Amino acid sequence: MKLSIETPVELAEARPTAVQIRGLGKWYGAFQVLKNIDLDVHQGERVVICGPSGSGKSSLIRCINRLEEHQEGRIVVDGVELTGQLKRIDRVRSEVGMVFQHFNLFPHLTILENCTLAPRWVRKIPRREAEELAMHYLERVRIPDKAHCYPAKLSGGQQQRVAIARALCMNPRVMLFDEPTSALDPEMIKEVLDTMVQLAEEGMTMVCVTHEMGFARKVADKVIFMDSGQIVECGSPEQIFTQPSHERTQRFLGQLLH
Amino acid sequence: MVFDSSLFLDAVFGWPLAKGALLTLVLSVSVMALSTGISLFTGSFATSPRRGIRWSMASYVWLFRGAPALLVLLFIWNGLPQLFPSFRGGWFTPFLAAFVALTLIQIAYLTEIFRSAFAAVGSGQREGAAALGLHRWHVFMLVVLPQALRVALPALVNEFISLLKATSLATIISLNELMTTTQFAIATSFQFLEWYSAALVYYMVLVSVLTGLQMRVERGLSSGYR
Repeated sequence: MKLSIETPVELAEARPTAVQIRGLGKWYGAFQVLKNIDLDVHQGERVVICGPSGSGKSSLIRCINRLEEHQEGRIVVDGVELTGQLKRIDRVRSEVGMVFQHFNLFPHLTILENCTLAPRWVRKIPRREAEELAMHYLERVRIPDKAHCYPAKLSGGQQQRVAIARALCMNPRVMLFDEPTSALDPEMIKEVLDTMVQLAEEGMTMVCVTHEMGFARKVADKVIFMDSGQIVECGSPEQIFTQPSHERTQRFLGQLLH
Repeated sequence: MVFDSSLFLDAVFGWPLAKGALLTLVLSVSVMALSTGISLFTGSFATSPRRGIRWSMASYVWLFRGAPALLVLLFIWNGLPQLFPSFRGGWFTPFLAAFVALTLIQIAYLTEIFRSAFAAVGSGQREGAAALGLHRWHVFMLVVLPQALRVALPALVNEFISLLKATSLATIISLNELMTTTQFAIATSFQFLEWYSAALVYYMVLVSVLTGLQMRVERGLSSGYR
């Protein structure tokens, strides 16, 4: 077995592993999007994945809840290895929350119904209880007053905060963020990032694909730089942003800052 | 006198046409109900990643959209008993034959409607629901179907209206639906205009009720989109 990539965060290393990825390979037809990826995410750890578009960062994060299938290697989430078995997939998905670039709220359901759907049908929580749970999380993302509106009535930033609350209602062990602010207007990015920072401060295990370097600096324990399907560099935000060792990382960060 | 309005009123409020209209209504509602139920599945099979399933759906649609309804009715009513002697029994009524024939045709059209309606619900919706841990069946019933129905509804009601009128073809296999009863009445009275007008009133009322229902259901399904 290959050694995992070393991280300087010793505190996190001591905690149990939430996500363990070993030798991951993924193809779209003949094209290989992920090449031999090794990654550990420990409980309570915040990992930020960055890299140019087409580098495979979205594919990687989508493998963690098997929205994408992998063809090689192993992924173990919270002790459950992801295979083709539907039972395992459902189990992992119910423990892993995901926030998408385009929110993916259900337009035919109210905000409250969006949040109670999975708790009621997956966790079998009674309606009243599920609604209380939903209101609790809607208050945490600061939009309880919109509970009875439909998603179309909300701004992009508000919709994304609802999407975060919807995922939190399942009380997930890990939260995945797939470019959560990329579809937002600049003035709405902050309210979503603030919500994510708050979540990080509460100790949530997070894996975020994002280009928000300020956010990465603030909350990440580990920053991963990917290029053409590989992890090129992995380290603390300090290390990656101030003294990246790889030329490709330097070039990418250089472009991002201009 | 050109138009006998009292005969017209008698025709509208009399029993023969009312019974015929009732049969037309029962036939179209039952055909629509069964074919909608089946087409939910055939429509989603039609987008299956498996080529064999997709192709068999496409050939079904090709066959039953291509064949004229009249021909399918005659095939079922006259052809089936010739093929299978058991269909010669008294249980195989014109109503049953019309029901089978029209359902076969209706499934072909509704499959196409549902296929496009399911495709109109973006993959992000399925992914968002799946990521929450919802089982496939729940994703379909709670997330995809309600949104697809909203897209499909105008086309579904269109098909329902066409079907309601297509039931009149069953007059050829002597089903006592609205058009047959109208023809009978004319055969004894030779008052064409009055009876045709009365039949027209019945069709218009039925279609208007359907249109009204469509508007109500559409409002209900689109509450998130206003």
